[in-house]
Amino acid sequence: MEQKLYFKDYNEALKQNRILGLKCHSCGALTVPPKMACRQCAGFDLEVTEVKGSGKIKTFTTVYVAAEGRESEIPYILVMVELDEGPWLMGNLEGIDPKTATMALIGRPVKMGNKIFAGDKYSAGEAARPVFSLVE
Amino acid sequence: MKKVAVVGVGETKFTGPQFKTEVELFAEAATEAITESNLKPQDIKALFIGNALGDFDEGQGMVQAYAAENIGCLYVPANRYEGACASASIAIRDAFMWVASGYYDIVLAGGIERAATMGTGLATRTFAMFSDARYEYPAGVTFPAVFAMLTHLYADNYKIPLQKLREQMARVTMQSYRHGAINPKGQFYGKNADISLEKVLNSFVVCSPLTLHDCCPFSDGAAAVVLASERVAKKLTDKPVYLTGVGQASCGPLGNQKEYLPRIRAREISSRQAYKMAGKEPQDIDLCELHDCFSIASLIAAEGLGFFEYGKAGEAWEKGEADIGGKVAINPSGGLKSKGHPIGATGAGQVYEITRQLRGEVEPGRQVPDARTGMTDTLGGDGGTLVNMIFERGW
Repeated sequence: MEQKLYFKDYNEALKQNRILGLKCHSCGALTVPPKMACRQCAGFDLEVTEVKGSGKIKTFTTVYVAAEGRESEIPYILVMVELDEGPWLMGNLEGIDPKTATMALIGRPVKMGNKIFAGDKYSAGEAARPVFSLVE
Repeated sequence: MKKVAVVGVGETKFTGPQFKTEVELFAEAATEAITESNLKPQDIKALFIGNALGDFDEGQGMVQAYAAENIGCLYVPANRYEGACASASIAIRDAFMWVASGYYDIVLAGGIERAATMGTGLATRTFAMFSDARYEYPAGVTFPAVFAMLTHLYADNYKIPLQKLREQMARVTMQSYRHGAINPKGQFYGKNADISLEKVLNSFVVCSPLTLHDCCPFSDGAAAVVLASERVAKKLTDKPVYLTGVGQASCGPLGNQKEYLPRIRAREISSRQAYKMAGKEPQDIDLCELHDCFSIASLIAAEGLGFFEYGKAGEAWEKGEADIGGKVAINPSGGLKSKGHPIGATGAGQVYEITRQLRGEVEPGRQVPDARTGMTDTLGGDGGTLVNMIFERGW
């Protein structure tokens, strides 16, 4: 069985600041990022849909110790954002000094852009990543 | 299913970077376990070895075959298990199943890793491979980052001021260090026993709010256990430790666990399986070696295992309820935080500790008095693999 939406397609859409997901015809649940089976009922009757990139920060951290090959990026802020439609996405937060990130970020509304992670010898190529910025 | 007993255990010292190869480390632990069991390599019917990152540790894949041949277990089936930091525990659980089924009567299980040898940069990169490589690594997730995000989420979820939570987490670290300092097999043996709260809080920030002392070290090491059928065990030892309950569960990427975070749902499912199989409840557990890769991980684990109410584990540590003499003795070995975390071996190291505790064989300063029932809790990735096992004295 073919998957309805592949990482490749999701990734290409993300590069245009678009988030693709899957709507389940059986139970109505939304699955983002894509999977073979509905995240709620494990059904396969899914349809590609688009969700907006707005949401609010659920949690965050400022990373000071980098993985090999990403030393130039530190310090950076990693966030988990709950999109308005419900799914949680991991991404970065830009537009504030990473050293000033505090618990006050939690609950703040954000909008999404993207940046490309060029990949390394282990990652089978590049991948876009959500980059969020504070709305207010 | 037939009853299965641990009849012998072995473990290397857990250390920073050192010269022994993975095959050599495993041999040290395995021969200790085999000898302690009054057996010879020829008695072992099959091997089950956890090894998460051997390919990166030293460029060695299929280490299980070389490890088997090296110790004189010739031509027997040898399997490698990869479940990130829970690799050895999934190996031991499968080994248990093969004996419980009656197919084998004596098997060897365990694990090996040289995470410290990799160095911080490569170890950080390869540990991050246990997060979702397509949808989460591009943003730069690392292992400390996962638990740092869970820390902020925990504080927000249970309405605990972050500074108060950090102090509770520091108490977790201080307890781990106190026990680990008198564990000769531990990486921080003889170190950090009297570390101050201020020193933990004010050490170098790895991922906010986690400081260096909130994090476990990268470690090299190996551990092994011999499992045998009840019939064989009774011939080999008068102190068989029975493995009476096992559980295992899996989970997808961190974002897909949103309904439960900061709880780790796979742990709740896995531990309930183990409790049910053993006919036990959380209050029956005398001691637990749980997966404290970060200080916050101890709180999340202790709650998920049913020892304390959600959001209340920090208070339990403050009151000594998670210490020897408390409600349940957590990590008398020093845990991953102090004993060390050679990821592919960690679960087997936990079993090594529980077995020796139940036999009453550890150093007096960290022996749980009259321990009869012990539990292990091993977490792989960011909740992707969870294994729980319950052990009971057989005498």
